[in-house]
Amino acid sequence: MIQTTKMASGQQWVLVEMVQAFYEAPAYHLILEGILILWIIRLLFSKTYKLQERSDLTEKEKEELIEEWQPEPLVPAVSNDHPSLNYDVVTGPPSHKITVNGKECINFASFNFLGLLDNERVKQKALASLKKYGVGTCGPRGFYGTFDVHLELEERLAKFMKTEEAIIYSYGFATIASAIPAYSKRGDIVFVDEAACFSIQKGLQASRSFIKYFKHNDMEDLERLLKEQELEDQKNPRKARVTRRFIVVEGLYMNTSDICPLPELVKLKYKYKVRIFLEESMSFGVLGEHGRGVTEHFGVSIDDIDLISANMENAVASIGGFCCGRSFVIDHQRLSGQGYCFSASLPPMLASAAIEALNIMEEDPEIFTILREKCKHAHKALQDIPGLKVVGEAFAPALHLQLEHSTGSRESDVRTLRSIIDYCLDRQIALTQARYLDKEERFLPPPSIRVVVTVEQTEEEIEKATSCIREAALARLE
Amino acid sequence: MQGVEVVKVDDFKYLGSTIQSNGQCRKEVKKRVQAGWSGWRQNHNVWHNASVYNKPFVESFEETPLLVAVLTYMGYGILTLFGYLRDFLRDWNFEKCHVAKERDEQKDFVPLYQDFENFYTRNLYMRIRDNWNRPICSVPGARMDVMERVTHDYNWTFKHTGTVLFDVINMGSYNYLGFAENSGLCANAAVEAAMKYGLGVCGTRHEIGNLDKHEELEKLVARFLGVESSMVFGMGFATNSMNIPTLAGKGCLILSDELNHASLVLGARLSGSTIRVFKHNNMQSLEKLLRDAIVHGQPRTHRPWKKILILVEGIYSMEGSIVRLPEVIALKKKYKAYLYLDEAHSIGALGPGGRGVVDYFGLDPCDVDIMMGTFTKSFGAAGGYIGGNKELIDYLRTHSHSAIYATSMSPPVAQQIITSMKCIMGEDGTTLGQERLCQLSKNTTYFRRRLQEMGFIIYGNNDSPVVPLMLYMPAKIGAFGREMLKRNIGTVVVGFPATPIIESRARFCVSAAHTKEMLDTALNAISEVGDLLQLKYSRHAWPSDEETNHFSYLDSHQD
Repeated sequence: MIQTTKMASGQQWVLVEMVQAFYEAPAYHLILEGILILWIIRLLFSKTYKLQERSDLTEKEKEELIEEWQPEPLVPAVSNDHPSLNYDVVTGPPSHKITVNGKECINFASFNFLGLLDNERVKQKALASLKKYGVGTCGPRGFYGTFDVHLELEERLAKFMKTEEAIIYSYGFATIASAIPAYSKRGDIVFVDEAACFSIQKGLQASRSFIKYFKHNDMEDLERLLKEQELEDQKNPRKARVTRRFIVVEGLYMNTSDICPLPELVKLKYKYKVRIFLEESMSFGVLGEHGRGVTEHFGVSIDDIDLISANMENAVASIGGFCCGRSFVIDHQRLSGQGYCFSASLPPMLASAAIEALNIMEEDPEIFTILREKCKHAHKALQDIPGLKVVGEAFAPALHLQLEHSTGSRESDVRTLRSIIDYCLDRQIALTQARYLDKEERFLPPPSIRVVVTVEQTEEEIEKATSCIREAALARLE
Repeated sequence: MQGVEVVKVDDFKYLGSTIQSNGQCRKEVKKRVQAGWSGWRQNHNVWHNASVYNKPFVESFEETPLLVAVLTYMGYGILTLFGYLRDFLRDWNFEKCHVAKERDEQKDFVPLYQDFENFYTRNLYMRIRDNWNRPICSVPGARMDVMERVTHDYNWTFKHTGTVLFDVINMGSYNYLGFAENSGLCANAAVEAAMKYGLGVCGTRHEIGNLDKHEELEKLVARFLGVESSMVFGMGFATNSMNIPTLAGKGCLILSDELNHASLVLGARLSGSTIRVFKHNNMQSLEKLLRDAIVHGQPRTHRPWKKILILVEGIYSMEGSIVRLPEVIALKKKYKAYLYLDEAHSIGALGPGGRGVVDYFGLDPCDVDIMMGTFTKSFGAAGGYIGGNKELIDYLRTHSHSAIYATSMSPPVAQQIITSMKCIMGEDGTTLGQERLCQLSKNTTYFRRRLQEMGFIIYGNNDSPVVPLMLYMPAKIGAFGREMLKRNIGTVVVGFPATPIIESRARFCVSAAHTKEMLDTALNAISEVGDLLQLKYSRHAWPSDEETNHFSYLDSHQD
């Protein structure tokens, strides 16, 4: 108390002294001070210097610049013989029997793993839905675009996957591409496998997070990155406390047809406290005793995976995609998933088709065993084709056939593979090449022929296809 | 000065002549001019270039009354304070917290959400959440069946009672031409396509997912738009977000309207180009950006830009405004920029032939470099398209992300578009499509006119079927939505973050399927709720009913 009064009186004293000094100062000093103060005020209030205004261009010069500027053409010209300019035309349904460019073939190209595309039950259910709801939904989920079938499908998917909640998107590609940026923001870190498919890459790009790629399926490399990050975190613990980290992997890789080592990933998850996002478009409805995907395949508890996303365009043979997991995680997308909030919802008939497909999958889990047997059969039959090597797991329904010895030029490799496909097309086997955007892919996979196995293919058909490919390889690769 | 209203009008000459030739609304124009044009001169948004318009361009955005603005901010202030209070109570377990929790095993992970991220959701959105995601169980046509929900925990969870609210008038769906139908030509054709092709495609366009139906549709779309070639995609949102990156890249400049849809913003961002934003529909702002960009080149290096792409929408779905396309095209030509026009809401809904905003202004579609649109709205289907010259489409066919990596469009959806588009074009041999277009335009005029007369503040262009009605205050968002549903009318209400914080609004989408009776029922209910909630904010004297008898519904039908 005494101290404060002392201090106050001390300050008062200083003030009095200042006023006195002011009186005593010589006039030139005061004038100088005054000028300095005015100068400071001027500096404070003068207009800030803008970089753009520094150019002393006259109007005329500007007009000239505008006149002179020539933009690049909107798009570069595409030559008429570009390999992917002219699509193969499919007349009729792309089911087991498919008509490509007017030729009826056996389909080894569409991702119709379970043969549900022209399943009569699925069709009837969808038609009933169409006759009740019409085709489109005319609005996003928020604005009267939520139909009872959407709710039913979400519930059924959650039940099928044995998770708390599922959310559906109207487009397979948009599913994971919207889900990643809903959680991972600027400043967060995502560890991702080099072989990750294009929609994951786009999702990562949209998230604007730090992306760290680890070598495909190489857990040591991943752990190395995680350890590096751990060291980084120790340096800056405050930042580490708010930096979310994720591992993004695929169940069955679209680009390599092999499976991710999920049990190891889960171990790393708890060791380094990283969340796992799992893309299961190729494995949902394929792997596991009941078709629940990689988690069931490895017997990993689904609660250990933070988010699973898959599309309903492959095994389910409808359109759209879904994410599932705990409500704590999934519910967030209902306001933050861009492809969910800002897009029209899934046409109800497609949702109904997916529900019926789930019914079939639940009623008859045998179908997954049959598929696996067929895959193994095809995988075995495709071995030892001269000049071609099979890439992928024995139980993967979409395999890649790559050239054993590349010619060194991607273009000529693509042409060679195309000639093999054409040879097979002539003999009623429909195959396709795996297509990529060469310049956009982060790690471009080598060119390959995709061979898709479905439950509808008989053993004879698989034999026929493989021997056809063998003949073609002998004819075209020698 | 009485006229605080900000009305954007281009060219009085045209207001005086073209409308006069219409005869009926001459009086109305005079009245408006007398009543309060004084405000428009102040409006710096107006860029007069009368010569490029062939019809009156009347767009109004009446200024928010000051008192309302103050009260709205206060409302948000109080809500925020209470939010903090309740968060505090939840933290100390005085209040039960309904938010889903992280599992115990992962409690020591970095939190998945920052706490403040969800503050708005938890404390503001949750209070009025029942106005969104209302499930329906019928066609989203002029009338729809809404499933009743109840909540016992203040909107944290909903239970379906099993009761259905039948025949609710639907003012929310983007069903502009009324093609959301479960019977008739379109639905039958879709059924047939589903029978023949199945539902899915199980492949991308590049990999055996290119059906003859898709090719047929693309040819038709090109013809409909009046362009050389077109390409269709399975999702409207993705049409933007997956194709803009193929058109622009590093070293390119994208000029984007500030109110552009999220998909355009995402596409621009994914492209890696520099993005600059101009004021909504403001041509001065756009021109300034264009000039500066060309004169100064890229930042730091001052290299010239590779190309400049302007992104605009036809109708802005939250404002109800129509793009000033003639002026945009003039600017684009002058500065050699490229124009990307998103007609998500305008295709089918504008223009005498339903061909969107280009048709509305009577322009040449070739002047727009990239014509983009969706099939979700007017065509009652799903997906999107891009139309343009052959070089553009060839490039997209080979380089579009969507064509290579995403499953192609479901065949029955494609069929629905083909049938409805042919109907609009009159190629089905009937005039049904033309009648729908007329009906939509009449409904729009009538509905907007009546709401304005009632004294509501209505945003947007007089010809736009998207009709935003200003609510402003956060509490009124919830109240309006609920009161309307009580009166058996389904409306859409929107607030922050979809709109600026004080400009919460209700939005009606007029459809050709609405009859006069439905619109009148809706209008009466809106008026009633408007009185109840004191929503008739407009300080602008619109002509009273008596004087505008000539503008009544029936009269406007005769043209």
